Amino acid sequence: MMEMIEGSHAVAGAVRNCRPQVVSAYPITPQTHIVEALADMVANCQLDAEYITVENELSALSACVGASAAGSRAYSATTSQGLALMFEVCFNAAGMRLPIIMSIANRAMGAPLSIWNDQQDSMSLRDAGWLQFYAEDNQEAADLHYIAYKVAENPAVQLPAFVCFDGFILSHTYEPVDMLTQEQADDFLPRFAPAERLDAADPISFGMYATPEYYLEFRHDMDAALKHARHLIAEAGKEFGQKFGRDYSAMVEEYRLDDAETAIVAIGSICGTIKDAIDEMRSAGKKVGLLRIRVFRPFPSEDIAKALAKVKRVVVLDKNISLGNKGATALEVRDALYGSTIPVSGFVLGLGGRDVRKRNIKEIVDLSEKGEGQLFYGLRKELI
Amino acid sequence: MPLAAGCRARPGKAGDNKTGSWRVFKPIFDHGKCSKCGMCATLCPEGCVKETEEGTFEPDYQFCKGCGLCAKECPKNAISMIQEEK
Repeated sequence: MMEMIEGSHAVAGAVRNCRPQVVSAYPITPQTHIVEALADMVANCQLDAEYITVENELSALSACVGASAAGSRAYSATTSQGLALMFEVCFNAAGMRLPIIMSIANRAMGAPLSIWNDQQDSMSLRDAGWLQFYAEDNQEAADLHYIAYKVAENPAVQLPAFVCFDGFILSHTYEPVDMLTQEQADDFLPRFAPAERLDAADPISFGMYATPEYYLEFRHDMDAALKHARHLIAEAGKEFGQKFGRDYSAMVEEYRLDDAETAIVAIGSICGTIKDAIDEMRSAGKKVGLLRIRVFRPFPSEDIAKALAKVKRVVVLDKNISLGNKGATALEVRDALYGSTIPVSGFVLGLGGRDVRKRNIKEIVDLSEKGEGQLFYGLRKELI
Repeated sequence: MPLAAGCRARPGKAGDNKTGSWRVFKPIFDHGKCSKCGMCATLCPEGCVKETEEGTFEPDYQFCKGCGLCAKECPKNAISMIQEEK
């Protein structure tokens, strides 16, 4: 049913439909509205879950680890410093192969303190073994939670997942969203039924130590499971499309890319602005297209190489920077295109909530066509 | 045997965990030189040196970590530390 709804509440509604049995989270801007809404649902008997209040994010995700290991579908949400505080638990959740789903309302990392949007938080955890989905709009932010649970809980994957959506830009924005009914959600997402769980009557330990003879192989198995997830994302995304009309089978989305000479590659809500800018540039005769990365982990290298095979140049926009090097997406897109002669330029922009407008996108395309530009786009020269 | 996803394990004894693979130097016991004093078994921090039927001593290489304490303290210099070939 179509509703005019705030992004955070669309996510909370989707999460409720996924029937998590344990929710544990700590409020942090701009994620707070999600967990406030879920707390209300539990209090009002609209969600039959244990809502565990905790003293910080480290405990929030730790509670989810215990819950998931005990066989419960577990959920949390956080952002920025909250996610950073979970760093240690993130690696353990993945290593123990626990399919916890966590929404990330993407926000900049401090210091300096910034509550505004970029994607540095989740991008900095790209090596943790979690699947990473990135939504462009609120509809997708809600829908990806169903996909995430279905893929993460598949016995061939058994890994946790972030569902990322841009803080404030999506989380606090009202958009029309087609919210699934509980019946529709149940039809798509079966109950969580892990083969093994913590049980006092049949004791088992999760995440035991591995000596040097074994550790490498454990990491190999996690990597293989994460890479295998691409097939299950395709399956689940296709099934979702057949049932509800929105197909998420592709890990990347192409927009007017067929005959494009310049391809922009980007992630998240910025892609809405880019699509509008592309429409205007197309009207002015410029052959520009967009490749949006919806799934960053596993990284869709083959899909990217295939989609960009015929373009003349690639411009990657990053709302993050691996300080001391470049934007994470630019680095990985370059890697995906290794061996080709297509020039790839990368721009870091929109950090800490700075608006990116259509005119900025057009200027970036102009710069790339001239082979100009620098790593940081839009620097205020008077400040440096 | 494939690994258990998530490194999950049933409860067991500490002895089930073979830790000898950490070793870099392996103690080789020369039973001909051994005076059967038992100093090696007494001092072994791992408790893995056991008396043989002949009254001499042998380490359990599944647990010996190669610290070399037995070789250092053996009054007869009957124990030599040899680098592991892995």
